[in-house]
Amino acid sequence: MSKRTFLGAGGLFAFLLIWELVARSGVVEATLLPAPSKLPATLISEVTLGFWHKMVLASLNHYLIGLISGSLLGVIVGGAVALFPTLDAVQSWLARLLRPIPPLAWIPFAIIWFGISETAAAFIIAIGVFWINYFTAYTAVRAVDPDLIELAASFGHRSLGARLRKVILPAAAPGLLSGLRAGLGQGWMTVVAAELFGITGIGQRMNEAAGLLATEVVVIYMLTIALLYGLSDMLFVAVQNRVLRWQR
Amino acid sequence: MAAIVELQDIGITFPGGERPVFDGINVAVERGEFVIIVGASGAGKSTLLRVVAGLLAPSRGTLSHSFTERPDQRSVAMVFQEARLMPWRRVRDNVALGLEGLAVSAAERDRRVDDALALVGLANYGSRWTHELSGGQRQRIGIARALAVEPDLLLMDEPFGALDAITRQTLQDELLRIWGETGKSILFVTHDIDEAVHLGDRVLLLGGTPARITHTYDVDTARPRDRDAADANRVGAQVKADLSGLFDQGGGI
Repeated sequence: MSKRTFLGAGGLFAFLLIWELVARSGVVEATLLPAPSKLPATLISEVTLGFWHKMVLASLNHYLIGLISGSLLGVIVGGAVALFPTLDAVQSWLARLLRPIPPLAWIPFAIIWFGISETAAAFIIAIGVFWINYFTAYTAVRAVDPDLIELAASFGHRSLGARLRKVILPAAAPGLLSGLRAGLGQGWMTVVAAELFGITGIGQRMNEAAGLLATEVVVIYMLTIALLYGLSDMLFVAVQNRVLRWQR
Repeated sequence: MAAIVELQDIGITFPGGERPVFDGINVAVERGEFVIIVGASGAGKSTLLRVVAGLLAPSRGTLSHSFTERPDQRSVAMVFQEARLMPWRRVRDNVALGLEGLAVSAAERDRRVDDALALVGLANYGSRWTHELSGGQRQRIGIARALAVEPDLLLMDEPFGALDAITRQTLQDELLRIWGETGKSILFVTHDIDEAVHLGDRVLLLGGTPARITHTYDVDTARPRDRDAADANRVGAQVKADLSGLFDQGGGI
């Protein structure tokens, strides 16, 4: 075990220990700060009652639908805008107007348009993910070396499809993938907020538990999100390294 | 002898540009001939190559050719100053770039890539990534990529301009060997006059505003050439004198 791993594990352990001591000391009321030692039992009860997987699956469902549709649209629109100067000009002010609007500000419209539904949650997630991918795809496609496009043309690859396949997509891949990865994180951040309004999922369960001052349940779901984010990011980085193995 | 390509009265005016970049250009490359275009930077040498490559349509004039136009080859192939390799492709797949889209079977494609790599002396480098190559090796791959499409005419745009002196000389001699083995017609652009007279059968001087072919020199020196061959050096001295003459007239570039 490297020194760094050792110190990292030590730091985490010290944090849990201090947390436990503070919770047990009675300085803070038990409902305000649940002791970490209570968490395993809470997790077991959430799992046996069937809440945990129900909520995780529901959230995963919103997350995946929002993530995939937002990423796809973001990459396609951002890439197209980068490729066609007229389109770029037409949308430039519109994008400047819409992009700064935080995804959560769309919640009222999401609920008006889609009701308290899975679609509403997925829609809010998709908006956040869209803008991240729109911007990185735009930047990545704009940065493609025009010399390589000329090279491909000189060897017969001149159509838009050939340019995309032979040069633009592979050349922009590092940028596109970093955008997809950022969207992956952004998605987890919005998923909880989107569910606070009663759409079934982790966020809704946390909100319910907080109302009953069942703070240990809240902590369980906070850690669940951290775990899901960590796992999806790890998985993505593995794929990313495989796709970009040509880079040093 | 039919010219492999002939430019007649070619002129280019860029949109928005008032004066043509060049005008009244007449160049013919005979089959198997090694023709060099020299000129100062900015004289329009690269632009002229792009016209021949079909990357740029001339504003005036005609371009005629006697290309074979087989479905399994490309008429012209270009070697650029920067090797322009695609870093996401392994060396073999870079060499195969021009074969994609041609009527070439997978087996034939592999054979051509192997042959081209062997011809440039990098037979064992096929599975490398391009960032593992030196500058000279990268340029060899650029040449292999052009040879793989079996072009009637090889266009070379200052291909050795970015290399160190020793690598440049090595690659010049390698190119002469490859030319000897393949009998390709080559149109080669450079600003290096020593390179021009060492490599070329004929040297054309591009200069003036708008640029024209102001001088043509036949380099009759027997091959293989010595780098200090008196004949070639005499031609070289003449080219240098004429080039500085163009500068003195003003607007030489």
